[in-house]
Amino acid sequence: MENNNLDIQKIRNDFPVLLQKVNGIPLAYFDNAASSQKPRQVINAIYKYYSEENSNVHRGVHSLSARATEKFEGAREKVRAFLNARNTHEIIFTRGTTDSINLVASSFGKKFIGPNDEVVISAMEHHSNIVPWQMICAEKGAKLRIIPINDNGEIIFDEYEKLLNGKTRIVSVTHISNTLGTINPVKKIIESAHKKNIPVLIDGAQAVPHFPIDIQALDADFYVFSAHKMYGPTGIGVLFGKEKLLNEMPPYQGGGDMIKTVAFEKTTYNDLPHKFEAGTPPIAGVIGLGAAIDFLNETGLENIAARENYLMHYATERLLQIDGLKIFGNAKEKASVISFLLDGIHPYDVGVILDQMGIAVRTGHHCTQPLMERFNIPGTVRPSLAFFNTIEEIDRLEKAVLKAKKLLGK
Amino acid sequence: MGKNIHDIQNEIIEEFALFDNWQDKYEFLIEMARELPPMDEKLKTDDNLVRGCQSRVWFSAFSEGDLLFFSADSDALITKGLVALMVRVLSGHKPDEIAGADLFFIDKIGLHEHLSPTRSNGLVSMIKQMKLYGVAFHQKQLGG
Repeated sequence: MENNNLDIQKIRNDFPVLLQKVNGIPLAYFDNAASSQKPRQVINAIYKYYSEENSNVHRGVHSLSARATEKFEGAREKVRAFLNARNTHEIIFTRGTTDSINLVASSFGKKFIGPNDEVVISAMEHHSNIVPWQMICAEKGAKLRIIPINDNGEIIFDEYEKLLNGKTRIVSVTHISNTLGTINPVKKIIESAHKKNIPVLIDGAQAVPHFPIDIQALDADFYVFSAHKMYGPTGIGVLFGKEKLLNEMPPYQGGGDMIKTVAFEKTTYNDLPHKFEAGTPPIAGVIGLGAAIDFLNETGLENIAARENYLMHYATERLLQIDGLKIFGNAKEKASVISFLLDGIHPYDVGVILDQMGIAVRTGHHCTQPLMERFNIPGTVRPSLAFFNTIEEIDRLEKAVLKAKKLLGK
Repeated sequence: MGKNIHDIQNEIIEEFALFDNWQDKYEFLIEMARELPPMDEKLKTDDNLVRGCQSRVWFSAFSEGDLLFFSADSDALITKGLVALMVRVLSGHKPDEIAGADLFFIDKIGLHEHLSPTRSNGLVSMIKQMKLYGVAFHQKQLGG
């Protein structure tokens, strides 16, 4: 099923960035996991906001402010529906996934993590889901425990369950690994943790552009993602948190909007969600996020998932034909990325040659240095697919990798 | 007397002018990488590691008489080729000449993108350090 229900050429025309040439050659953009491209619908929504609707939100009697606020809070409701969360006030706007995780680590950590407590993360996590936990553990005298992974890049589930004990305060794992492409069994992970009353944060940065998320079905306590990885603008992200937990957590940043009353003697805080949204929010960013959600809903996430699955299988098959090419991340369930190395060749060199041929991939450790250590490699070459990539582009990728092998091999 | 830094750069520019496509250019760079005299493994320590995000560069400096020499290596071939060019240009000269060198050849051979901070391949740091060594050794010479 190649195109499913999608008119790929029409969709590609909606992405102005794809029209350019790199080194005189049409761009083949395979760096979607680092950041997605933006369709005209999203660019236009932001342009329209600044041209016709710009005003500060929440505190304004005048019409422009009322319209901006309506659009802003309307986008919040769009996110709620997108995740199938129960309540709009459980959707907090942040600067992105990293900001969201820092918020939870800091605020949840302040109240609920103490000396000798434990935080559980996996060996495949992005630095943004490692460092905030290291910081709060160092501050509180708590310990970071790591779920081991097998050589295929899958969590070893029995070892995970062994780590859950009376001292575990929170589990934080990625939904899809940005380096290996592994789709983690997050529903099962959450179920096991909940049996011992341990809350779970899921890093959904790589997941939300690829398939529908149902927060209620997962029963995640926290779910985080960034707009810029799902066809939205940079600088805006989401933290979903169950209201019971968010209500108990102290505010993260102080300032305007997150307060009810302010006096030098004492200040009282606002209710959810605004308690965690200090200062003027990234209004244009939120509106862009809303437009990105509209785009995904119109295109259909099931259609996107089906096409990307097809492209992934095709690309994996083509790359595995190449002698000396090894793929890192061979989980039974994968999405989004293919990390590979050519025997005896540094990934940086491959990336440079591919760039000369108009092909954009990412090389290096992908902000997962502990994972590179685990596999004892300096980094990988990582093409990451989106539904608007084509078979022709994948064929170009294969040819380019063969050329790089010829130029750089012994 | 060997060639000076300026002349070596012009020599390199002439060599690269022969190439009219990126493939030949990179093949030549890779050849330079392969011809670079290997760095003594004992010198490839963490202290001599110039950190880049994408590739690693080791380099060390030593003086002989009143001249400053460099030995360098990288684990990525293209970076190593650029490292080889840098050593060819800067190694074996007076420290103050190294410190004050204007490295115009990189732009002229169309490889300036490899010095962009986003490439994070250790090259920019290495060049900075080579020049710092030039300053330090020159100071030492002045100090007597």
